[in-house]
Amino acid sequence: MKYTGAQILIEALIKEGADTIFGYPGGVLLPIFDVLYDAKINFILVRHEQGAAHAADGYSRSTNKVGVCMATSGPGATNLVTGIATAYMDSIPMVVITGQVPTTMIGNDAFQEADIIGITRPIVKHSYLLKNVADIARVVKEAFWIAKTGRPGPVLIDIPKDISTATMTNPKYPQSVDIRSYNPTCLGHPMQIKKAVSAIASSKKPVIYSGGGIMSSGAAEELQKFVDITGIPVTSTLLGLGGFPGTHPLFLGMLGMHGTKYANYAISNADLVIAVGSRFDDRVTGKVDEFAPAATVIHIDIDPSSISKNVLVHIPIVGDAKHILQQINKEAIPPKINDWTEQIEQWKKDYPLGYKKGGKLKPQFVIEKIYEVTGGNAIITTEVGQNQMWAAQYYKFEYPRSFLSSGGLGTMGYGFPAAIGAQVANPDMVVFDIAGDGSFQMNIQELATAIQYNLPVNVAILNNHNLGMVRQWQELFFNKRYSYTSMAVQPDFVKVAEAYGAEGIRVETEEEVVPALKSAIDSKKPVVLDFWVEEEENVFPMVPAGASLTQMLEGMA
Amino acid sequence: MRHTISVLVENRFGVLARVAGLFSGRGYNIDSLCVGETDDPTISRMTIVTNGDNRIIEQIEKQLNKLIDVIKVMDVTKEDHVERELVLIKVGADEAQRARVLEIVEIFRGKIIDVSPKTMTVEITGDEGKINGITEMLKPFGIKELVRTGKVAVVRGEK
Repeated sequence: MKYTGAQILIEALIKEGADTIFGYPGGVLLPIFDVLYDAKINFILVRHEQGAAHAADGYSRSTNKVGVCMATSGPGATNLVTGIATAYMDSIPMVVITGQVPTTMIGNDAFQEADIIGITRPIVKHSYLLKNVADIARVVKEAFWIAKTGRPGPVLIDIPKDISTATMTNPKYPQSVDIRSYNPTCLGHPMQIKKAVSAIASSKKPVIYSGGGIMSSGAAEELQKFVDITGIPVTSTLLGLGGFPGTHPLFLGMLGMHGTKYANYAISNADLVIAVGSRFDDRVTGKVDEFAPAATVIHIDIDPSSISKNVLVHIPIVGDAKHILQQINKEAIPPKINDWTEQIEQWKKDYPLGYKKGGKLKPQFVIEKIYEVTGGNAIITTEVGQNQMWAAQYYKFEYPRSFLSSGGLGTMGYGFPAAIGAQVANPDMVVFDIAGDGSFQMNIQELATAIQYNLPVNVAILNNHNLGMVRQWQELFFNKRYSYTSMAVQPDFVKVAEAYGAEGIRVETEEEVVPALKSAIDSKKPVVLDFWVEEEENVFPMVPAGASLTQMLEGMA
Repeated sequence: MRHTISVLVENRFGVLARVAGLFSGRGYNIDSLCVGETDDPTISRMTIVTNGDNRIIEQIEKQLNKLIDVIKVMDVTKEDHVERELVLIKVGADEAQRARVLEIVEIFRGKIIDVSPKTMTVEITGDEGKINGITEMLKPFGIKELVRTGKVAVVRGEK
């Protein structure tokens, strides 16, 4: 029997376990959409291709499955770019399918032609331009394999229209992948493990600094066991939140630019830093030369190029965090660190996270209540800026994959479509997008998607009528010259929600917060909660860009 | 310090762009780049001359290794190796100067591959020192054009 390229593509996706595609149709995709019309695959029609990429990303982050998105050639494909870059920076496995003009027209500046392979080259783990219908099944298999193994990332498949329509008889779907040039290391080198175990046993002031790699490798249990054995305190990157229980007595919260004071003091005074699945980003290290100056650094990472890129590593262990922690746990000897943990406890008492109560509604208060009302049993996505940092500081993430946020790229407009993707993957979970009034407007059109597919996502806008984080920098570092950061002109978000068929609730006082949250969770509809919060509230503590982690600005009176 | 990095890649569409893009995107220099098929037609070898401190070179090797189409990366500078480059130099030389140019070319064991009434084209193969040497010697005659292939390198012995 003869099959078209489009049929083979969809069959191959299903064989790879893809149950959902987020996307948007277009001219060169027509043969594929004709197959999708009655294919056994869930298609979510977004309202802007960027939404498709972020939704596939949110789907992936909340499940650890490979997210799939699809867009047409030219503008459809270029609209995916921000979402692909977001996934690339945060190592999220995604397969991105773009339509392309027919092979005979490539390079002709044809209608809706863009060299999407070229445009996305620096922001994909790998990419394929299909030139032969016989390659489709193998390429899809490889794309999923590359996306999810090693350091995960997005893989793009560009499929010209004539390849979608070309036919072949008896297509073969390979059972396994054989790429001679791609063999990611999984197990840690035994010698390095030995060195790490001995450094841990003799350490006096050790700190674990865990990152998104805990989620990628599914190593939360192993991390917990490692802490149970050794009693070493844990601080986490933004993307590492949820990888270790936020309520655990040895958890220090996030470190870095907006980290807790005690996390930053701990890492700055440590004699041993155990980095697991984290990559010493500049938002974490502050001034690199003064990062953990007295510490021996153990770095566990799947990506050899992350090792000693920013900070010199003494004991590198390349491999999968889960396997390596298992190896270490077998041999680990607990260090004697009572003085150190007491010191950290003292720092926790002396420098707690906090904000000034009273006056207008405080955004931090809203986050605390979202945590209380959900009991931590929710998937929280964020936009980027103050909303993101407050969410990271004031919500206690208990479980892996309960916090989805654009860390590396810092993409405003990520949170809402990501929440949609997460809700599609987890229909029974409560999902909140913690948003700002600026960010939410960047993908507000996806309200229609949420309505169309009955996705009861909740958007909590911390509405300060400003691009708050930039405004904060202007206040602190640019003499309060508030250049283009006022969002005084904005829509009535309640009415916007209602216009789309969602619910809208405005909240201006503390008393209204909990009832509004409960009503949103009980509602079977998407709900936009418009919290009018203190406009001049800033995120503290704050390490100014390029300063050492011990130089934290503090806003408390 | 200059390093010569030898990279085995899949002989596939777009691989050169991935490698070149990696260098430009991360701000690494390429002093020269030479690409050709190996004895196995599915594999190409790229010989890249770059410079940077040890940390940068280490990153370059690691980043190259991350590319899916890259099979093997070797910094041949760390090994005992031989390097060669082929250069074509067109120098100004009229009848009166021809013999002198010929003399220099013979000393450097080069070849004259083209002659016109006012120019001579020299083919020279060698390592950097030799190329620089003959270039210096030919300068006084006026170099009209200089075309170089970029360096190729191979590790000595069985490795």
